[in-house]
Amino acid sequence: MLIKATRGLLIAVVGVLGIAVGSFPVQAEINVSITEGFVEPLPIAIADFNGGQPEEQLIGRDISEVISGNLERTGLFKPIDNKAFIQDVRSLSTGVRFGDWRLINAQALVSGKAALLGDGRLQVEFRLFDVYGEVMLEGRKLTAPKTAWRRMSHQISDYIYTELTGEKGYFDTRIVYVSETGPQNRRQRRLAIMDQDGFNHKFLTNGRWDVFTPRFSPTSQEVTYLSFEGNVPKVKLLDIPSGREETLGNFKGMSFAPRFSPDGNSVVMSLADRGNTEIYTMDLRTRKFSRLTNHPAIDTSPSYSPDGSKVVFNSDRGGSQQLYVMDINGGNVKRISFNKGRYATPVWSPRGDLIAFTRLSGRKFYIGVMKPDGSGERMLAEGYHVEGPTWSPNGRVLSYFKQGKSDSRGKVKSKVYTVDLSGYNEREVVTPLDGVDPAWSPLLQ
Amino acid sequence: MRFKLLTMFAAALFLSACASNSDNNADGSNDGSSATTGTTDQSSSVSSSSIQGPQPGTLEHLVVNVGDRVFFGYDQSDLQAEGQKTTEALAVWMNSYPAVTLTVEGHADERGTREYNLALGERRANSVRDYLVALGVNPNRVQVVSYGKERPTVLGSTEEAWAQNRRAVFVVN
Repeated sequence: MLIKATRGLLIAVVGVLGIAVGSFPVQAEINVSITEGFVEPLPIAIADFNGGQPEEQLIGRDISEVISGNLERTGLFKPIDNKAFIQDVRSLSTGVRFGDWRLINAQALVSGKAALLGDGRLQVEFRLFDVYGEVMLEGRKLTAPKTAWRRMSHQISDYIYTELTGEKGYFDTRIVYVSETGPQNRRQRRLAIMDQDGFNHKFLTNGRWDVFTPRFSPTSQEVTYLSFEGNVPKVKLLDIPSGREETLGNFKGMSFAPRFSPDGNSVVMSLADRGNTEIYTMDLRTRKFSRLTNHPAIDTSPSYSPDGSKVVFNSDRGGSQQLYVMDINGGNVKRISFNKGRYATPVWSPRGDLIAFTRLSGRKFYIGVMKPDGSGERMLAEGYHVEGPTWSPNGRVLSYFKQGKSDSRGKVKSKVYTVDLSGYNEREVVTPLDGVDPAWSPLLQ
Repeated sequence: MRFKLLTMFAAALFLSACASNSDNNADGSNDGSSATTGTTDQSSSVSSSSIQGPQPGTLEHLVVNVGDRVFFGYDQSDLQAEGQKTTEALAVWMNSYPAVTLTVEGHADERGTREYNLALGERRANSVRDYLVALGVNPNRVQVVSYGKERPTVLGSTEEAWAQNRRAVFVVN
C-alpha cells in the first residue's frame, strides 16, 4: 500500500496541548510508503527550534533532537545533518529559501520556535514544509508545562508523521515491559515503564516476586499482568498513577495470559484447573467470570479483535500449538494457522487487518503476521528466541523481545525490539537492564 | 559394612544430583532404621551421617528414598515409564506418612512461549497428581502449581539442560 500525502489540509483545531496556528490547502508531492518492502527513507531537514534566551535555545535544540530521533527510527525518514544546511535556521522565521533546501536534497523541512512564557509554561511552534511544492503542510502552536517538553516533541513528531504518511502517529506513547537482570535461575524481574523512545524510565514493582506479560488498558492508566506473588501465578491489575494493585478473581488455582477488551471493561485470561487450561473473560465491574472455551486441550494467550466481537487464541487441540479464532461467546471456533511449526501469542492489530504471532519452527523462533482468515502470512523477525509481539496503536509497528542462548552459568541476554510491517527496520529499544514482554500503550490522552 | 557404605554413597549421590533414580524404590523407607545399626569401628563420617539420616516424612527423606522429580519429553505431559515408577514409589511413601501433604510443581524448558509453557507445566504437574490419586492417595493431599519456563534448575541452552528442566518436582508442604 502506498500512502499519499496528497490531501487538502486542515481546519484549525484546538489540539491537546495547544492550538493550530493555521494551515492551507495544498497538493503535496511527498509520498511515504509504510508497508511496501524496503523504501528509500525520505530526506528531511529538521532545524533546531529557535529561541530568544539561552534556555529557550537549549530546549529548542533538544526538541528537534527528539523529533529527529523519532522520525529516523521509523526507517521512513532520513534526517539531514545540520552541518549541511545552507540557510541560517535563525532566518527561517522570516521566510524559507526553498532553493537552499532543494540544494541539499531535503524533501521536507521542519522549523520551529520555543518560548518560555511568564507563567513558567513552554510554548512551542512548528511548521512543516514541502520543499519542492514550496508550501507549508502543517503548522501548530503547543503550550504546556516546561517539564512536558518531551511529550510536546512526541506530539509534534506525530503531526509530522501523520502529515507525510497519512497514518496516525505513535510517538506520544509509552511501553510497559518486564525489566530483567541476573542469571537464569536467579533472574530479578520488575515491571517498568518508559516512553516509546526509552526515556523517562521508571520501575513499577520492587522485584520481590516475578512478574510477566503486562498489558495496557486501552482506556485508562491501568496495566494487567501476571505475578508469582506468594508462589502462585495470578493475574493482577495495577493502577499506574496511584500504584494501587489487586488480584483479579478469588479462586484457588492459577490464572495467567491476561488482556483487556477494547472497551477496557473486561479482561480475558486463562484459568488452569486439573490439567486443563481454558479461556475466561472477567467483567471488571461485576467481577463475574464467563467461560469461552470448553476443551481438554490447552487454550491460552487470548486477544480480542478491535471491535470486541472475536477472540484469537492458541490451542493444542489439533495436536500441536496453533492459532484459532472464535466468537466472543465461544462459538464458531476456526483454526487459522496451517504452516509448519507451532504458533503462539496471537495479538490482533488495533486496525483489525492483521494478527501478529510468535512461531516456532525448526530451531528458530519468528515474529510474523497473517490476516484474520489465516492468509497472507509473512515473517518480520527471527532469532534463537523472539517472542510476544505487541502493536503500536496505529497498527504499523510491532515490539517484541529477543533472548539469546544462556551459558552454563545461566548468563543470558534479553532485549526489547521494534520492527515495522516491512520487516526491514528492526531496532533495539535501549533499556537500562535486560527486557522482555513489552506492551505498547494507546496514544496518550 | 561394604554394602552399607555403598548405600550411604548412593544416598549422597541422590542428594547432590537431585535425580529421580527410582531404583531406590518402595521399601526404601526403612533404609533409615537399618542404617542406625552401623558400627563405630568404621570411619567416623559414616557413622555420624547414619545417625543424622533425614527425618522420615520430610522432603529430604523423600529425596533420598523416592527422588523428588519426574521428567517429560518435549511438549509432552504423559508420565514416561521411569516417571511412573517414581510416582508409584511416591504413592507408597505418602501412604507411609499420612500427615504429609504435597505440592507438585510443573516446569517446562525454555524452548516455548511463556503462557503456553505455564499451561504445559500445569498439565505435567497434574499427570503426577492424577496418577497419585489413581494409586489411592487422597486428592486433598496433593496441590499443583506451574512455573512454566521461569524457574530452570539446570542452566544453559543445551538439550541436556532442557531435558532436566522439563520436570515435575515434589515439594513437601
